[in-house]
Amino acid sequence: MEQFLQMKNVSKTFGEVSALHDVNFEIGTNEIVGLLGDNGAGKSTFVKIITGYHQPDPGGEFYIKGKKIDRFTVPEARKKGIEIVYQERALADEQSLWRNIFLGRETVNKWGFLDVKGMRNETRKLMSTAMGFTSKAITPESTVRTFSGGERQGVAITRALYFKAELIILDEPTMGLSLSETKKCLDFVDQIKSEGKSCIFIDHNIFHVYPVCDRIVVMDRGTVAGQYRKNELTLQELIDKLYLVAHTGSLDSGKEGQDMHPEGGTA
Amino acid sequence: MKSGETATAKAAVEAPAALGFKRFFRRYSMQIGILFVGIFIWLLFLAAAPRTFLSSSIYISFMSTTPFFALMALPLTYIIIVGEIDLSFPSIMSLGMLAFDVTYTMTGDVWVGFFSCILAGVIAGYLNGVLVVKIGIPSLVATIGTQYLWRGVILVVTNGQGMGMTPIQDTILYPLFVGRIGGVIPAQFAWTIGIALVLWLILNRTRFGAHVYLTGDNIGSARLMGVNVDSTKIWSFIILGAAAAFAGFVVSEEVLYYWPTLGEGYMMNTLASVFLGGTSPYGGTGTILGTFIACFIIGAINAGIVAAGMTAFWTNVIYGLIVLISVSLQAVLIKRLK
Ligand SMILES: Nc1ncnc2c1ncn2[C@@H]1O[C@H](COP(=O)(O)OP(=O)(O)OP(=O)(O)O)[C@@H](O)[C@H]1O
Ligand SMILES: [Mg+2]
Repeated sequence: MEQFLQMKNVSKTFGEVSALHDVNFEIGTNEIVGLLGDNGAGKSTFVKIITGYHQPDPGGEFYIKGKKIDRFTVPEARKKGIEIVYQERALADEQSLWRNIFLGRETVNKWGFLDVKGMRNETRKLMSTAMGFTSKAITPESTVRTFSGGERQGVAITRALYFKAELIILDEPTMGLSLSETKKCLDFVDQIKSEGKSCIFIDHNIFHVYPVCDRIVVMDRGTVAGQYRKNELTLQELIDKLYLVAHTGSLDSGKEGQDMHPEGGTA
Repeated sequence: MKSGETATAKAAVEAPAALGFKRFFRRYSMQIGILFVGIFIWLLFLAAAPRTFLSSSIYISFMSTTPFFALMALPLTYIIIVGEIDLSFPSIMSLGMLAFDVTYTMTGDVWVGFFSCILAGVIAGYLNGVLVVKIGIPSLVATIGTQYLWRGVILVVTNGQGMGMTPIQDTILYPLFVGRIGGVIPAQFAWTIGIALVLWLILNRTRFGAHVYLTGDNIGSARLMGVNVDSTKIWSFIILGAAAAFAGFVVSEEVLYYWPTLGEGYMMNTLASVFLGGTSPYGGTGTILGTFIACFIIGAINAGIVAAGMTAFWTNVIYGLIVLISVSLQAVLIKRLK
């Protein structure tokens, strides 16, 4: 499988806090990777490096389609076809729906003025198709403040899918969603797969992650603790390993946690 | 069956229009409210002093003096929407004129003087922006600092001495900015309308304007989605700085004298115009139209106080009340919506 993205020895420190150290990661074209790990494991920090929001510490390497990337910004990541649904949703409450859909990449006409009409029409189209909004009270001019959790999520997902991404990152997209909305969200991941795109899927519920992904990467305390192709282990084995890593910092029974963290993490 | 379908289709087409109307009212309830407050106040004055308020002279003087602070209240709206505050603009009014004073004395060229004036405003605005964004000082503190700094610099350099502006009278600058169009309409009024239109266009129809709203609404989301919030804030400060210097120039031309204390007395009416205009003290919402209307209400109140024979001391009381009431109203509105 062709590599879409590759990261070698990527680290990130916030002042004194080391959120990631020496992370190695890759994702192939048309691969769905499930990213699991405890609260604070560094999953969100990691994907924010991929989207150009965080700058990694110097020393690591970062390739997209085999090309080395030196400095990455949010607009550049977008140009490379990377889109994300952030865990915090990243909406602007007092602004209209269409402004949220086009947040940070408003389209302009040849004079450099906002193409308000175009963006409104696109938003209206997306509302009935991708977002599946049924409420008559919602128009492209509605402010998102009044939206329900599911509707807000719909906005964030639609925004990521609309711009023809090649890699879509979903950071806990099912958080706070109803059963049927969760199902819709998981269908999205399947759709991404069938459209030949790649996806990094972060979720605490492994019953969501396991069925839809090709590979599972487990993060623990800022490192990649292990990764498995789905056909290598059963759901039950995965569950056992996750309990283990939470308690010992190691994915393999018998080994000490220190083996995984030579620099000495106290488990 | 078929007719039923077309009926629902028709309803679907009509519904958004009706909703749009309702939403328009809800969305701009503050601005619409202000318009009615303005009309109400005007009627009140009309009833209290019909002779004054039926003659055109009060409206001419109105169009002449309101621009002095409206020219700053309009760009100050950007600062409040972007989630910051600037208290240094009264000093920047005078700082620009200091730059004019110095360069004009040196070169004898009014255009050099004029552009130095605007440039000084740009630099002062840029400095505010850098202090807030790059150094990370809260804008309230930073701009109180620059307010005193610039005032101090001005008083030290001028030694408190003013400068006559009569040489300007023979240049194009005078009719251009403070002349009377058709012998009646003050030129600064036309400039205020023009600048309001440009500021409206930038705020509502450019990416920069969209980012002003987004940054003030949710700076975290704006950052995550790749909005350059730092430059958005810095440019907002620069625009206000330039506008304050321009306002200082207009005021000095109108009175044909530059007082180093120029700008004192413009703080409260300018701030009151922005908040009365429905711009949220929490950032993220606000309109140029609201500020524009509010400026003239504030101007009318000022004129009304004088015409009603109250002492000018009352203006402070009233501006203070206006700021508090309009900001409280918004706080209450926001709480009710949440
Ligand atoms: N901007 C920041 N400044 C300082 N520390 C941070 C920052 N962002 C994240 N961290 C720290 O980095 C670590 C990893 O956080 P991160 O949000 O990536 O975890 P996560 O795996 O996404 O957790 P969760 O499942 O709870 O979302 C945490 O200890 C967190 O406190
Ligand atoms: Mg997270």
